[in-house]
Amino acid sequence: MPTDADLVAVLLTLKLAGLTTLILLLLGTPLAWWLTHSHWRGKSVINALVALPLVLPPAVLGFYLLVLMGPHGPVGQFTRAIGLGTLPFTFSGLVVASVLYSLPFVVQPLQNAFEAIGTRPLEVAATLRARRLDTFFSVVLPLARPGFLTATILGFAHTLGEFGVVLMVGGNIPGRTQVISMQILNHVEAGEYLRAHWLAAGMLVFSFVVLLVLYGFAPHARSRR
Amino acid sequence: MKTDHQDPILARFQLSFPDFTLETDLQLPARGVTVLFGPSGCGKTTLLRCIAGLERASQGLLQVRETVWQDSERRYFLPPYQRPVGYVFQEPSLFEHLSVRGNLEFGQKRIPARERRIALEQALELLGIEHLLERMPQHLSGGEKQRVAIARALAVSPQLLLMDEPLAALDLPRRQEILPFLARLHQELEIPMLYVTHSPQEVTRLGDHLVMLEQGRVVASGDLQETLTRLDLPVAQSRQASTVLSVTVCGHETAYGLTEACFNGGRMLLPLREAIDTGTVLRLRIYARDVSLTLQQPQQTSILNVLPATITRTVAGEEGQTIVQLSLGGTRLLAHVTRKSADVLGLQPGLPVFAQIKATAIL
Repeated sequence: MPTDADLVAVLLTLKLAGLTTLILLLLGTPLAWWLTHSHWRGKSVINALVALPLVLPPAVLGFYLLVLMGPHGPVGQFTRAIGLGTLPFTFSGLVVASVLYSLPFVVQPLQNAFEAIGTRPLEVAATLRARRLDTFFSVVLPLARPGFLTATILGFAHTLGEFGVVLMVGGNIPGRTQVISMQILNHVEAGEYLRAHWLAAGMLVFSFVVLLVLYGFAPHARSRR
Repeated sequence: MKTDHQDPILARFQLSFPDFTLETDLQLPARGVTVLFGPSGCGKTTLLRCIAGLERASQGLLQVRETVWQDSERRYFLPPYQRPVGYVFQEPSLFEHLSVRGNLEFGQKRIPARERRIALEQALELLGIEHLLERMPQHLSGGEKQRVAIARALAVSPQLLLMDEPLAALDLPRRQEILPFLARLHQELEIPMLYVTHSPQEVTRLGDHLVMLEQGRVVASGDLQETLTRLDLPVAQSRQASTVLSVTVCGHETAYGLTEACFNGGRMLLPLREAIDTGTVLRLRIYARDVSLTLQQPQQTSILNVLPATITRTVAGEEGQTIVQLSLGGTRLLAHVTRKSADVLGLQPGLPVFAQIKATAIL
């Protein structure tokens, strides 16, 4: 049976993934929109930066975040100056790291959805008297709904499974930064394989169900990607 | 045909692309159908997009009736969503997430109630789509989609209707399905229309005013009949060269299966159209290649329509052709004859002749 510490880790992980996904949808939507419609030449640099977490070893990302957010890093000095303290080994630090780590998993499906819509529906809406924000909510959002579904599921599921970044930035503090993947490591290191199984199998089943929903039960979710 | 004295649409644009420059200085009537005609890539769609505000010309002055929509010198640009236009794109571009009703109401509910002059029912009836109201766009045929798109543009009660080759993406039967609806709009609504096309058939069927574009420049702009019969334009030389006549039905010869049509150049006999009442105005197209000339009135001929005319101009065409411009009581007509015939008959301006019209098409 799972221990109390396991349940705390599960709840913490869900909270982290939920909050991260919410922040990513709020930040990622304008970013993906801008990447789709901007004609700025330096756009490919931003595109590459957004995609970087896809190829970068999580330990590398975690290491630099640790350096940046630590007491001697520029971000750390800033957060200390405004009275927030330093972010490493806190839940907030974990959220910041997760947002960066899962960024491409939210931005890219949205970008694909916006590109698939193209500019024509926007022009049609303009000739039908809709202002830009009106067009976004009444035309773009409904047409990009499958893209938003994909982005939400991928962003959430990917954050659930992070390990390397958490290891570097979060540590292993119960109730604050001890997420499921850390807890599995704890069990394995203690030789408690059965306990590790509870969590590991749970993650396995959950991830499989998520993908099944994405590919099988929601066929429309992929048609717009 | 009428001409407006004040020419209330003023469209002066200069817009450069890497491989193409659009430069226009046009005065267009704010009534009837103005056809923007030219080969693909000539800038007619770009011109229409500039008028809708979908494209912003670096140099531009656009005035529609009394209202300025763009004046680059004063850095003024009315955004597209504030321009009282209806726009029909080449592809229907319906909103896939909305039903036909949702599509039609999208624009209509965004205009103030006092500006709604065209009721939804009227738009539906004009385009014959009442029965499609609750369908989703995915379940419509190509022709039905485009009719919904036209109704959607009408439902915003536009002061100016802009149509960008609305039939070009459709096959021939679908085109024939929609053309009558467009002709009806023309007759029943008092909305001026700018209509982009590269089809001569649509020009003659719908146009009142013709603007010809080539490589971003305006080659000709004027009344349809006058422009079609201008000898200095390439269109008069082509095999498609034709004249459009406005005639009034003045009787029927039912026994012979003929309908009589009168105009200021005389009287013509057409295939019987019993359904058409006397007094109805019809539009006829006569190809230049279907008109031959004689010096004396032929006494015995199987050709029914022989009308007295005066030659106003002649010009040498390609491949041994001579193009003759005629006046029939003020109405202009074109005839293509061989250069040999022109020499033998001594065709020259001022000469009275008889025009034998082999075929006419009621548009």
